Amino acid sequence: MSATTPQKPRLTTSAMIASIASEGQRTRSAPFGHALIELGKQRSDVVGMTADLGKYTDLHLFAKAYPERFYQMGMAEQVLMGAAAGMAREGAMPFVTTYAVFATRRAYDFIHQSIAEEHLNVKIACALPGLTSGYGPSHQATEDLALMRAMPGMTVIDPCDALEIEQAVPAMAAHQGPVYMRLLRGNVPLVLDEYGYQFEIGKARMLRDGPDVLIISSGIMTMRALEVAGALDKDQIGAAVLHVPTIKPLDISTIVREASRPGRLVVVAENHTVIGGLGEAVALALLQAGVSPAFRHIALPDAFLDAGALPTLHDRYGISTSVMTGRLKDWLG
Amino acid sequence: MTTPPPGHNASLAERAYRIRRNALLMGEVQGQGYIAQALDIADVLAVSYFHAMTYRPEDPEWEGRDRFMLSNGHYAIALYAALIEAGIIPQDELETYGSDDSRLPMSGMAAYTPGMEMSGGSLGLGLALTVGRCLGLKRKGSDSFVYTLFSDGELDEGSVWEAIQSAAHWKLDNLIAIVDINNQQADGPSSDVMAFEPLVEKMQAFGWFTQRVDGNDIDAVRAAFDAARAYPGACPRIIIADTLMGKGVPFLEQREKNHFIRVEPHEWQLALQALDAGRTF
Repeated sequence: MSATTPQKPRLTTSAMIASIASEGQRTRSAPFGHALIELGKQRSDVVGMTADLGKYTDLHLFAKAYPERFYQMGMAEQVLMGAAAGMAREGAMPFVTTYAVFATRRAYDFIHQSIAEEHLNVKIACALPGLTSGYGPSHQATEDLALMRAMPGMTVIDPCDALEIEQAVPAMAAHQGPVYMRLLRGNVPLVLDEYGYQFEIGKARMLRDGPDVLIISSGIMTMRALEVAGALDKDQIGAAVLHVPTIKPLDISTIVREASRPGRLVVVAENHTVIGGLGEAVALALLQAGVSPAFRHIALPDAFLDAGALPTLHDRYGISTSVMTGRLKDWLG
Repeated sequence: MTTPPPGHNASLAERAYRIRRNALLMGEVQGQGYIAQALDIADVLAVSYFHAMTYRPEDPEWEGRDRFMLSNGHYAIALYAALIEAGIIPQDELETYGSDDSRLPMSGMAAYTPGMEMSGGSLGLGLALTVGRCLGLKRKGSDSFVYTLFSDGELDEGSVWEAIQSAAHWKLDNLIAIVDINNQQADGPSSDVMAFEPLVEKMQAFGWFTQRVDGNDIDAVRAAFDAARAYPGACPRIIIADTLMGKGVPFLEQREKNHFIRVEPHEWQLALQALDAGRTF
């Protein structure tokens, strides 16, 4: 090694909470907490409930604003979900928060049998979705979308940025029935404001067009897809990005319409295991519609993932902007 | 009660008899079922629906009602029997029990049946739901009670203990739980499957107003319900009801492995006759 080799930036390793914002990126603080306070002004039926993770889901802001409407249920996710169902049956609209792993894995039956089966008006917002924690499999909700998609009557939302979370909160409240939303908390990247974006449950949005490749993505992978598209521009590769924040119900008509346009490679990118998420949902929708473009899938492996710093892990598992860009270039030859 | 159900002057013993009779008639429709539990809990249900609870039979969702949560959904046959007796479900619907498109499925579910407050079946749910019901009622300033029935087998479930702790934390004095100690669960005697005693001491240690009664002694059950409602402390209440599987039908009381029993076609008539023979009113 020569003395001029630039020193590698020090990475924080395997912290539970890590920012997904890249350096210098515009962010907004605690969009969920602020949006919920705003919603609380308009609707007195909104209550907040959590299982010892108020601070880490930005619900503490709501608790501070409306202490009498905040329910700290302790580190007990089963009673959290059951009690939310009971509250909803008595006319409240609980916004329930915890980490995605605990809601979807530990409390699954309680969501299934007491919330979804009665189609109750409970809104579940869960932090650390997919690979957004370097803490290891205990906190990496790599299969949360598959689990929640499989639940009858559940609406599933994977928002991209702070703006979308702000817009999703009132949309969730206006929707009658249970909703699961992947939550980004803390300083959350702000991306979609540059696209004149408006979130609507069940609607996919074309964020940019391009003739060579169509990236269909949700959540933070849309942010990455936009960065990838920008990088591909420099190589005169035109990438379109279709953002699909609602995983269920899926906007099949928009997906089929865009994937039907000839001459484009279709790449689904998701922050989720290859099994049971957006990729499989899109593939099924296309096959059933008789559309069969060249198709690739960027997703996390079907494995228990490593602990480590998020940038390391995103590189390792292929969901960082640089690795994605390289793979797309390879695929496009 | 705001609106007395039909025949409201009948004694509680007579109510319990008719609940048992309804349950046996439903059991006969299917030839099998959780009939021994229905017979053991009939006295508790008689006191609940004909002494303790406020409700309107013609309006099962009336806001001012007391709620009855059936956590052990397989006891639905017993609750249907009580709801029929209370005039919430018509008597002639009894013959549809467990049949296709019936409003009376074998496992109790909220969407199917008037007066069924929750979907049970997955044991260990009810008390968690009840915590939310009680919090929700308090939020509305309601003075309704939530009665929750669960089984001794459910004490195996960790979620039940989460809810027991939570109810005490939230000082849910509008919660009256009844746990049916018939000491029988799917794989055998509950105390053998997973030792749950000493239950009184456990519940007291968790901060609940705790009573233990013979769940088949109607006067004792009635007194326990009265005491549970009248207790002035800011804490949840529980009635630990020791019951006898098959109560009221001696040959079923003596039958072993009676968690899910099969009764031969000719035995239903014998069971009804045995029940009649034991009438005390």
